[in-house]
Amino acid sequence: MEKLVQLTVSGLTNGAIYALVALGFVLIYKSSDVLNFAQGELLLFGAYLTFFFVAQQGLIWPLGVLLTLVVAVFIGVLIERFVLRPLIGEPIISMIMVTIGLSSLLKAIVNAIWGPVPREFPPFIPSHEVYLGTAVVGMDRLLAIVIALILLGLFSLFFRYSREGIAMRAIADDQQAALSMGISVRRVFAVSWSIAAATAAVGGVMVANIVGVSGDVSGVGLRVFPVVILGGLDSIPGAILGGAIIGLLEAYTGGYIGQGLSQVIPFIVLVLILMVRPYGLFGQEIIERV
Amino acid sequence: MLTLNNVEVIYNDFILVLKGLSMEVREGQIVALLGANGAGKTTTLKAISGLLKPENGEVTDGSIEFAGERIDKKEAAEIVRMGIFQVMEGRRVFEHLTVEENLLAGAYTRPDRQRIREDIEHVYHYFPRLKERRRAKAGYLSGGEQQMLAIGRALMARPRLMLLDEPSLGLAPLLVQEIFGIIQRINREEGTTILLVEQNANLALSIADYGYIMENGRIVLEGDTATLRDNEDVKEFYLGLTEVGKRKSYRDVKHYKRRKRWLS
Repeated sequence: MEKLVQLTVSGLTNGAIYALVALGFVLIYKSSDVLNFAQGELLLFGAYLTFFFVAQQGLIWPLGVLLTLVVAVFIGVLIERFVLRPLIGEPIISMIMVTIGLSSLLKAIVNAIWGPVPREFPPFIPSHEVYLGTAVVGMDRLLAIVIALILLGLFSLFFRYSREGIAMRAIADDQQAALSMGISVRRVFAVSWSIAAATAAVGGVMVANIVGVSGDVSGVGLRVFPVVILGGLDSIPGAILGGAIIGLLEAYTGGYIGQGLSQVIPFIVLVLILMVRPYGLFGQEIIERV
Repeated sequence: MLTLNNVEVIYNDFILVLKGLSMEVREGQIVALLGANGAGKTTTLKAISGLLKPENGEVTDGSIEFAGERIDKKEAAEIVRMGIFQVMEGRRVFEHLTVEENLLAGAYTRPDRQRIREDIEHVYHYFPRLKERRRAKAGYLSGGEQQMLAIGRALMARPRLMLLDEPSLGLAPLLVQEIFGIIQRINREEGTTILLVEQNANLALSIADYGYIMENGRIVLEGDTATLRDNEDVKEFYLGLTEVGKRKSYRDVKHYKRRKRWLS
């Protein structure tokens, strides 16, 4: 029983982080139909930035995290301006390929600045132990769940009710028609990339807090694929549920069967989902009027 | 209100689509722009609304003026803000958004956010059927309802000039009648100036005040609707009537072929 609770909580923490990273992914996909293969590297960047501000510059952590977010937003705008804007109107596949290039570039930049040696993340997130019944859980893990849930809730509201949120979905649906309403495609792309970069930075901080600051952080970007495919590429509730399911699956297989298998399980799920429900649990079906 | 002066549009740097087109739309009128497929009607509308750029088109010569200001170099978003709104051909509703969200998207450029609720009701007043389906995804609406939504979405921006590209496309005749009736009402009640592109010349001329006929990227004929309806060439080539005034039969086509006078 104790083990079950323990595994559930750690599964949910990972799930919450996955969901957060998936959110940035979904955001970009929703507004531009682009799969962003550089999401994991945005995470990496966020982790290193916080490490830089807090551990290397010695800033107090709220300021450090705030600066990280500001820089992340800035990076998002830069990516839109110099990488994606020249490609507006080109086939989607070109944009997707460019994100792959972008991921290598970001990784190289991080390596050039901070080197390949793993560093220790400044321990500003409280990590004392909390008792849930008989199980012991780290406070940092609980916090990760709470923060992820708050952010996810906010974004759902944003998409449903705000002017920019509706504009983003409109652009995803029909770019030219959106243009004819006076919606600026560039601005929406810039907003979605900035938000994606900022959420990735938050995710990066949470991951780094658990695994340390190293290239491994970007690995989460890869694990997000099963999550978004499971939940549906364009669905925020899907990202949350997909994150939770994949996180739990990993934790349970890791705990009860074997650590090695837990790495594989998400991708087995990915393949199964693609066979049964290619648009995921909550993804948009293609509407066809006959 | 809107003046096009010798406008030339080139796609992909070498396909000349509009070859010196000039026309004028006066405030408060419904103006019909008629012509066969490929004449350049849609291109004309896109040149006005600034939607050419994403398709690699460009106004290379001449000028387009709206309310005394040149707009042929402006961005689409800016032109919408100035009060020109194009309802694109083939409805182009946002399929995965609900009816109401589609309307909100139409109001994107509006500065007076608090009056948007009111305006949504106003659109429902013109199109009661949309109200019944307000929470439905637009992709599941019928063709007629989608066209209504497309026009309603345009109303949300409170445009001064509405560009309508073939609103009758693919709709049942009865529905077309209904939609044209509403277009006329919008023109009268809202005072919205309308530039209407149509294949269905008869229908367009029945609600328009003035008409232009386009061929091969140029205006070949213009006049108020009564004059156009009386023109023998228009009757023959656009209204499908013979000189006697009765409907033409395919049997006669072989024996008699009229030459378009405006070509000589």
